[in-house]
Amino acid sequence: MAKPAVITHPESLKNPAGPSEYSKHPINSSLTKEAKIALYTKMARIRHFEQRCIRIYQQGKIGGFLHLYVGQEAVAAGTISLLGKHDHIITGYRDHGHGLMVGMGMKECMAELTGKVTGCSKGKGGSMHYFAPDKNYWGGHGIVGGQAPLGTGLAYAVKFKGQKGSCLTYMGDGAVNQGAVHEAYNLAALWDLPVIFVVENNGYSMGTSQERSTAHPGCLAKRAEGYNMAWDVVNGHDVYEVRAKTAEALKRAHEESKPTVLEIFTYRYFGHSMADPDKTYRDKDEIKEYRDKKDPVLLFEKELLAEKVLTPELVESINAAAMEEADAAAAFADESPEPTVGDITKHIYWEEDNRGKNTTSSGTIIFE
Amino acid sequence: MAIISYREALRAAMRDELKRDENVVLMGEEVAQFNGAYKVTEGLLKEFGPKRVVDTPISEAGFIGLGIGASMLGIRPVMELMFWSFSYVAFDQIVNNAGNIRYMSGGLINCPIVIRGPANGGTNVGATHSHTPEAILASHPGIKVVCPATPYDAKGLLKAAIRDNDPVYVMENTILYNDKGEVPDEDYIVPIGVADIKREGTDLTIVAHGRAVITSLKAAEILEKEHGVSVEVVDLRSIRPLDEETILASVRKTHRALLVEENKPFCGVDAQVAYLIQARAFDELDAPIGRVSSIDAPQIYSKKLEDLQLPYPARVVEAALKVLA
Repeated sequence: MAKPAVITHPESLKNPAGPSEYSKHPINSSLTKEAKIALYTKMARIRHFEQRCIRIYQQGKIGGFLHLYVGQEAVAAGTISLLGKHDHIITGYRDHGHGLMVGMGMKECMAELTGKVTGCSKGKGGSMHYFAPDKNYWGGHGIVGGQAPLGTGLAYAVKFKGQKGSCLTYMGDGAVNQGAVHEAYNLAALWDLPVIFVVENNGYSMGTSQERSTAHPGCLAKRAEGYNMAWDVVNGHDVYEVRAKTAEALKRAHEESKPTVLEIFTYRYFGHSMADPDKTYRDKDEIKEYRDKKDPVLLFEKELLAEKVLTPELVESINAAAMEEADAAAAFADESPEPTVGDITKHIYWEEDNRGKNTTSSGTIIFE
Repeated sequence: MAIISYREALRAAMRDELKRDENVVLMGEEVAQFNGAYKVTEGLLKEFGPKRVVDTPISEAGFIGLGIGASMLGIRPVMELMFWSFSYVAFDQIVNNAGNIRYMSGGLINCPIVIRGPANGGTNVGATHSHTPEAILASHPGIKVVCPATPYDAKGLLKAAIRDNDPVYVMENTILYNDKGEVPDEDYIVPIGVADIKREGTDLTIVAHGRAVITSLKAAEILEKEHGVSVEVVDLRSIRPLDEETILASVRKTHRALLVEENKPFCGVDAQVAYLIQARAFDELDAPIGRVSSIDAPQIYSKKLEDLQLPYPARVVEAALKVLA
């Protein structure tokens, strides 16, 4: 058996269990009891949504790829909980958690997975391509690292318009070796753009560990130094720490219009996608270790029980409600209609969808 | 009406649109301080300042992707590629991101970006700098591609492209940059997807785009003077959308068609046009459709041979006479 891969978390991040040292950080201590419960609820909703997806996938109702966010909930929850009107979000294909965090409904998200016309992209995007521009969520992108220049462009637009905002541009640890990411880093730093590159380091780019994919032996965020950019490493199992360190990066974006690379250490409990049997590149014990000791939802639950914000009864009712919501979404996705053949050629061009308005072209645009 | 060059016409289009819409931004390698690698953007930095005319590093995937992201939030970037050949390092951004995002979002997101620059051979610079990717890009639904042949069309098509809400890729030609023609000072657009009859005739239809239009017009002169043949030249101007009706109407009039393009023949634009004519005007044809493309090899460096690799008037005349035989 191959040697188990080593996750190169810095020493300081290796033992995050126990009370969070960031609970007293003003960004967290200022949270009301209701806000803390809401944050926990959102994390629980992501967990239960994803777990419900597994069952639907196994029933054969979800085609294509399904990349689950289970284990990584604190990253989307912590970062997105801080965002305001002019803060934008873009990510790669592991995009369900971010979608639910920005306020997309479980129903539209589930129906997209089953390719239904009621899905958030009307059945045209699938799991990897969620979008909710009305909630500042710009996807959901399938090609590793391809979203990095787009996120940099969203930040460019925010700055161009003179808004106090940012773009949180998420990627996995596998993306840091893509050229487009390095080009985005360079432009963001060169032009002082308010972008935060969030590297969600779950240890494996598909089945390849960091030590087998990345020449730099240390943390991936340190590459920011090559571009004269600020960086930090974050324990992604502790939602309080995620919030505290993201808040600093947001301040840098909002007040100085400067970019940051945040590497957030996290872990996924399931394979790269549901097509990955997850048997060749990591030990079951490693997964168990994370599930037992570093689960972000359970750690936050413990934290809030200790703070007497949550009670065991409340925990139960929140989780029961989330499961019920996921069940209802699954039923909705089941019952929803499929898109029609006529829908295949819609939403390709603005012009085609807005015939009769002030279009500047004509001719044949969709060919037989 | 002024007589100006193709280069000046492009510049006038960008100047007009920079004035008209505060969200228009020009971006690219050497477009600002250097005044443009081919001087298309000359003087625009001085006139509009560094917020509107922006030099980028040599980083096509990065800055094209940045422009696409900015366009999703309502900026209208006009990105210059020093050569369309350089688009190949930004292909994921140009095709996957710009071309698919409206579709994959179920129509929720628009991408009003323009990417422009020269896409031509014939300049003695070797294969890597001589690509003509209009057929490659136009084969992706979600993308529009235009190829102006004259100063009038260059200004009108670029202005239409900047106002368009979909990604429009404008393919220019460095050999045409100094060509002069009549261009109105006042505001006008050339609608995307409308072909233009550049010369009327009755015996043969030549369909062409880009510089192949100019080559075809020269061939038409020779055919008339030396062979007494009346040639109609249809300039596609836009590859996608394609003005199928203008092509078909001309073929129905002349009953013979010759297709001329500077692309390589395999899977070129004219492969699609030939399919169209046989599918919808088969009974109108008095002869098989003829075709002149670049000789099917990577673009050769040798100047003398490159001129022979591309379509040139004598080769078009020869092919026309075969269709007319």
